[in-house]
Amino acid sequence: MWRDALLVLGKDVRIELRSRVALWQVLPFAVLVLVLFGFALGPGQHALRSAAPGLYWLAVLFSTVLATQRSFAIESGEGTRDGLRLSGIDPAGVFLGKAAAVALQLVAVQVVLGAGIVFLFDVHIATWWLAIVASALATVGLSAAGVLYGALSAGLRVRETLLPLLVLPIVAPVLIAASRAWSAAVVGTVASGTSWLKILGPFAAVYLAVGVALYGPLQETG
Amino acid sequence: MDRAVHLRSAVALAGRFPALSGADLDVAAGEVVAVLGPNGAGKTSLLRTCAGLLAVTSGEAVVLGCDLRTERTAVRRKVGLLGHDASLYDELTAAENVRFAVRAAGGRSERVEPALERLGLVGRLRRTPAARLSAGQRRRAALAVVLARAPALWLLDEPHAGLDSVARELVDTVVAEVADAGAAVILTSHEAERAASVADRVLVMSGGRAADERVGERRPPLTAVSGGDADVA
Repeated sequence: MWRDALLVLGKDVRIELRSRVALWQVLPFAVLVLVLFGFALGPGQHALRSAAPGLYWLAVLFSTVLATQRSFAIESGEGTRDGLRLSGIDPAGVFLGKAAAVALQLVAVQVVLGAGIVFLFDVHIATWWLAIVASALATVGLSAAGVLYGALSAGLRVRETLLPLLVLPIVAPVLIAASRAWSAAVVGTVASGTSWLKILGPFAAVYLAVGVALYGPLQETG
Repeated sequence: MDRAVHLRSAVALAGRFPALSGADLDVAAGEVVAVLGPNGAGKTSLLRTCAGLLAVTSGEAVVLGCDLRTERTAVRRKVGLLGHDASLYDELTAAENVRFAVRAAGGRSERVEPALERLGLVGRLRRTPAARLSAGQRRRAALAVVLARAPALWLLDEPHAGLDSVARELVDTVVAEVADAGAAVILTSHEAERAASVADRVLVMSGGRAADERVGERRPPLTAVSGGDADVA
């Protein structure tokens, strides 16, 4: 399973590096979301600073949908989908490899968005480890849930419009918990921040486990 | 001679719809069977069933010793399918596509270069992203993927489609080589004469089942090879 996951991860990363969809579409989109929400909130520095963690994670959430759609777009041809099913690759390995590739893109998005909220909204993080742990857990949860629902909608004609409808409500707990954890990291209230990690951790673990178990049947129906 | 494919009254579904309705077929190792028939006759469904991609709901269906009703995953690892759409990733080069398929199947990477060379994908072509290859070159790259995996059963859906005369000859030669090496080959075609020239038997399908069978013009295999992996790359 791990060998297969690495193989799929390598393939998806190589394809992304060649196509540069993440670089030229997902990243600019995420920054645009951040800036537009900033415009909507107005020039008040205090409002922007307090809303920054929520805006940041909303932008990450929308980027998750784009990155997931792209991940399945490269398998959208009848031939490549069949090729993957005939390849002998463990479906759990496909799931983990695709989730890892999406997670890598989300990490890149978060680095850029992190710089964005520092420079645009003048946000300074007091407790870095809390922000990093929250980001890591949220990234795993978002990528696992995204790939799981991406597989569910992969074979459908309406997959582009259906995926956000499936994913966004499901990952709402990640949006809430990650935003609160980041808010706590900004002001340095570790105790309240760590309590939100108790939502992010199980969410990531559950979606990883469900994805490993169900990706095979979903691949057959998708 | 070992039996690579054994279908008896096999019924297969594509989703909720019947794709094969009581198909009978036996293919021996080293044998080439061409399947003819009008559009919608069930040719592609027959190949996809043999590849373990369609669910067999009744009848007997054994491919390379595996029951298609219970061991579809095992079957998939042993067959090579060239579908209508080339199973290539557009952003990867022909060589990278072949390498990925071989590594995914747990095969040896030494098979990659000979397969590319055999299909004429050398020099600039092997480094060109699949999206920039012509339709014929993509078809050859997809065939190189199958060749490099060295399956015991080749399932070729209109392998001559989109190819020029030289490439068609090349495909026929490769088919003959792998069959001589012991692999079973089932190919579909709309060209009766060409199909008959490369096949030992010609099957005519209609309505999801075999309607007629003729003798092909290919000479019988010189040697009977048991049903293990045919390593021809």
